[in-house]
Amino acid sequence: MPDFLLELRCEEIPARMQAGARVELERLFLREMEAAGVAVGDLTVWSTPRRLALIARGLPDATQAVSEEAKGPPEGAPDAAIEGFCRKNGVTRELLSLRDVKGRNTWFAVIEKPGRATRALLAEAIPAIIRDFSWPKSQRWGAASLSTESLRWVRPLSGIVAILGEELVDCAIDGIASGYATHGHRFHCPGEITIGGAADYQEKLRACHVIVDHEERAALIREGAHKVAADAGLTLVEDEGLVIENAGLTEWPVPLLGRFDEAFLDVPPEVIQLTARVNQKYFVCTSPLPLAGGAGGGPDPGMDSRGAPTPNPSRKREGDLANAFVCTANITAADPAVVVDGNRKVLAARLSDARFFWEQDLRKSLEEHAKGLERITFHEKLGTVADKAQRVAKLARWLCEEGIVKSGVPAQAGTSGGEAPGGTRSQPALGLTQAELADLAEQAALLCKADLVTEMVGEFPELQGLMGGYYARAEGLPDEVADAIRDHYKPVGQGDDVPTAPVTVAVSLADKLDTLVGFFVIKERPTGSKDPFALRRAAIGIIELILRNKLRVELDYATARAGNLISRFNEKRIGADANCEWVSEHLSEELFRAVPNFLADRLKVQQREAGVRHDLIDAVFALGGEDDLVRLLARVKALQGFITTEDGANLLAGYKRAANILKKEDWHGVEGEISRTGEEDPLAGVDDPDLAPVIAAKMSERHARELSHTPEPAEAALIDALDAAEPRAIAAIEAEDFAAAMSALASLRAPIDHFFDEVTVNAPQESVRASRLDLLARFRAAVHKVADFSQIEG
Amino acid sequence: MSDLAPNRDPKRSFQDMILTLHDFWSVQGCLILQPYDMRMGAGTFHTATTLRALGPEPWKAAFVQPCRRPTDGRYGENPNRLQHYYQYQVILKPSPPDIQELYLESLRVIGVDPLRHDIRFVEDDWESPTLGAWGLGWEVWCDGMEVTQFTYFQQMGGFDCKPVAGELTYGLERLAMYIQGVDNVYDLAFNSAGVSYGDVFLENERQMSKWNFEVADTAALFDLFGKAEAECRNCLAHDVPIAAYEQAVEASHVFNLLQARGVISVQERASYMGRVRDLARASCEKYAEQMAPGWQAKYPEWSL
Repeated sequence: MPDFLLELRCEEIPARMQAGARVELERLFLREMEAAGVAVGDLTVWSTPRRLALIARGLPDATQAVSEEAKGPPEGAPDAAIEGFCRKNGVTRELLSLRDVKGRNTWFAVIEKPGRATRALLAEAIPAIIRDFSWPKSQRWGAASLSTESLRWVRPLSGIVAILGEELVDCAIDGIASGYATHGHRFHCPGEITIGGAADYQEKLRACHVIVDHEERAALIREGAHKVAADAGLTLVEDEGLVIENAGLTEWPVPLLGRFDEAFLDVPPEVIQLTARVNQKYFVCTSPLPLAGGAGGGPDPGMDSRGAPTPNPSRKREGDLANAFVCTANITAADPAVVVDGNRKVLAARLSDARFFWEQDLRKSLEEHAKGLERITFHEKLGTVADKAQRVAKLARWLCEEGIVKSGVPAQAGTSGGEAPGGTRSQPALGLTQAELADLAEQAALLCKADLVTEMVGEFPELQGLMGGYYARAEGLPDEVADAIRDHYKPVGQGDDVPTAPVTVAVSLADKLDTLVGFFVIKERPTGSKDPFALRRAAIGIIELILRNKLRVELDYATARAGNLISRFNEKRIGADANCEWVSEHLSEELFRAVPNFLADRLKVQQREAGVRHDLIDAVFALGGEDDLVRLLARVKALQGFITTEDGANLLAGYKRAANILKKEDWHGVEGEISRTGEEDPLAGVDDPDLAPVIAAKMSERHARELSHTPEPAEAALIDALDAAEPRAIAAIEAEDFAAAMSALASLRAPIDHFFDEVTVNAPQESVRASRLDLLARFRAAVHKVADFSQIEG
Repeated sequence: MSDLAPNRDPKRSFQDMILTLHDFWSVQGCLILQPYDMRMGAGTFHTATTLRALGPEPWKAAFVQPCRRPTDGRYGENPNRLQHYYQYQVILKPSPPDIQELYLESLRVIGVDPLRHDIRFVEDDWESPTLGAWGLGWEVWCDGMEVTQFTYFQQMGGFDCKPVAGELTYGLERLAMYIQGVDNVYDLAFNSAGVSYGDVFLENERQMSKWNFEVADTAALFDLFGKAEAECRNCLAHDVPIAAYEQAVEASHVFNLLQARGVISVQERASYMGRVRDLARASCEKYAEQMAPGWQAKYPEWSL
């Protein structure tokens, strides 16, 4: 049972593609072996920037010989048919045998398929694996690329090692032949090395400065980076993405710590970290202890909240960024200080660019920066970003003035809006009046996009919002405004912090509403998998803001307001006359349903993902007419609580039985009877002066009949229970006490059970039957006041 | 005779570093060309790169190309940024199997020891929508600094490269700063006789930055752009695609100047870039179509 080693060597594979390549190599190898009938046991796949390696342990030397039988024509069939059968199966006529098949003698061929040497199978499999290998991007190269049919690989493929046991698996593709030779580290060990097989592969490479196991390299980087930081008295800021990336950039990783000029720490820490990580793949460190020599010499000078223009005034505190970086070299350098110094210079140049941007940006106020937004198109039909900011400001003000966002919402711990990075923020928004809140929200909204035209965000788009917050604080704007600018993009995707500070909530909600409604107005709505303007994400943001802060907002009303602001913008753009026509086309009734429906759909998806039973969501949503998401969700939750109780389960059973009977009897109640007038709409004739008296007579007749029999005790009990429960349920729903509404329903459980036990619905007397069916319909209707139980499974 | 024998000192002289690269690539069989005599943003615009990347014929060339990046001007005050700098371009078609080794050897000859310095190939694919071109490759890092762009051209002018060319673009000033161990580009020794890079270029940077950002007559630039565009079309109509290509290069640079003057709005930007792209691609296409019959005669199995 020999082990098999395959190494595919090439020029440097992008770090981000290596994990996928390992999966692909394993998949294709297993596919080929399965097709060849070779059982594969233990499989290991490794990668470095310069090679993919696969070791399959304990492969059979050869596949088993198999003997297969083929059924041929019956005895006495024409010669031509029998000979054809022989040809097809590669046997001669003498080798056929006769056997009985259902009483008929039939020719059989026994075909012996000899086992094949695994080595031969591998030699065929390797070129197939290489040819079928799928890379995110691949290229052609060299003289063979005169034709576009030449081999493609992620970068030029340079060598193949393929050894089964100790024997070479002979194969070649596009002029690259397999062999025993590979290369060690590009610089430490540039010559060829000869591999004996799977057994010595890893250690021979290690001796040649190549750690072929990617996880071992990752561990070396993880531990090494921690160690060099700790040796310098610092704490490494962990970043697993960087660990993996650096492991994909090195064959012989050596983490090294360097220092940069402390003066750069004036730049916001996020900028430093991003510069180091994105551009240079460096880790950063924090100081675990106060650095010596701080101003005043005290342990913590206690920074004043206002006035200090530096964004990071407390940098001498524990846990703050230190002026150190950890880079990962790919060599054991003759003099590591030389490598560190080179890296330090590069980082210094990057940081001085960042500081230049920071200082340039601070020269102008955010209000001045915001003027630059007039040059940036948000969307051709929705104007510039400046236009958008104007709309968002008006909408944010409105959300406050309407009392949808209230100043009294207590900020809750653990979410944004609390503490600023400088640790200076303290004043909660609790003390604001609604009018002050509206002013702050408007101010923040007008400035919230201004950082898009700053140098820093131009360089690092991912810092949008965050930089605006820094600049706002640096120019002395109120903390509520700075926080709102910083956090107004939140929540971005599921799991992100949801703002709770009222000013931030107003701006964030207004921004997302404007985006969602705006694109709905201009009919750029998501279809299928296409959502180019990320409207689903905006909708989820709106939902999370509403639910987290328990905002009571009628969605059609808010949609109308946002639509109105877009219409006013449009009027400026195309003139009042043209706008009238535009409004009637774009701001139709349909819009005011479409936006709330879209939000409701997203809420459904979101709740399903959060583990709420989809049938319960459907049961509440099916009622329709509800666009208050907070109320909607409270009802779903109460229903979920109820339906899992014994009462709930039994009531559901009773409901299903009632509904089934009503369905079976095709019972549509009194109105259903009227439909026999032959009109398509059963109540079409109700306003007809001639027909009205007829209908009235018929109605009263039916009503009279309802009361014409003496109800049985269980029937009477159900009527009484309904009489009691219905108003209770209605009142509870109005009071939004959904638990009480559920308990009102629960009181119907015993009576409905009894009713089914004791009462025959299909009484021989038609009037009794009708009144009992009506009673069941009434029961069903009462349950529907809370939720559409027909949607519930079980 | 022996007086003229080269005694290069690439570690202490910018010009010796360039001459050493010339020596090295000349031995590798490259034509040593001179810069293209037009203002351009990158060595890739040199016809020895773009146009020669098309077609089946082998081609090996190396040259210095001055590059103009008006928006990178810093009035001579930034130690790393220049509005005018030099690239060293090597183009090898088809890409030889040992191209990485050749490249690393060229670093060794100018004084970069890969056991003292950490050399890395970090993914960086290249794309020039203007030229209808793209390729895969790396930026080469030396102790974390990008010193070379290394690209295997896959398409040029919208055509598949058959065969693929390997392109090396060294950032000469960066590399020299590294090798000479200076932190400010203007402190580079230009030669071994005490002339610095600043002596040669500092005043140029000051004046050209001012011109690029403040002085250049924007009306005249808009006019130039329009004229280059018209002339490019004229050249195409008269089947002189190399002349057309020069006008596309001219339009591209004038556009960069307009950008530096800050007179092109965000919306207009895309439209101007589209116009330059159309000119460059049309020129490349015309060139390839015009050359194709000759190429096919020599390489019967080849097609455009």
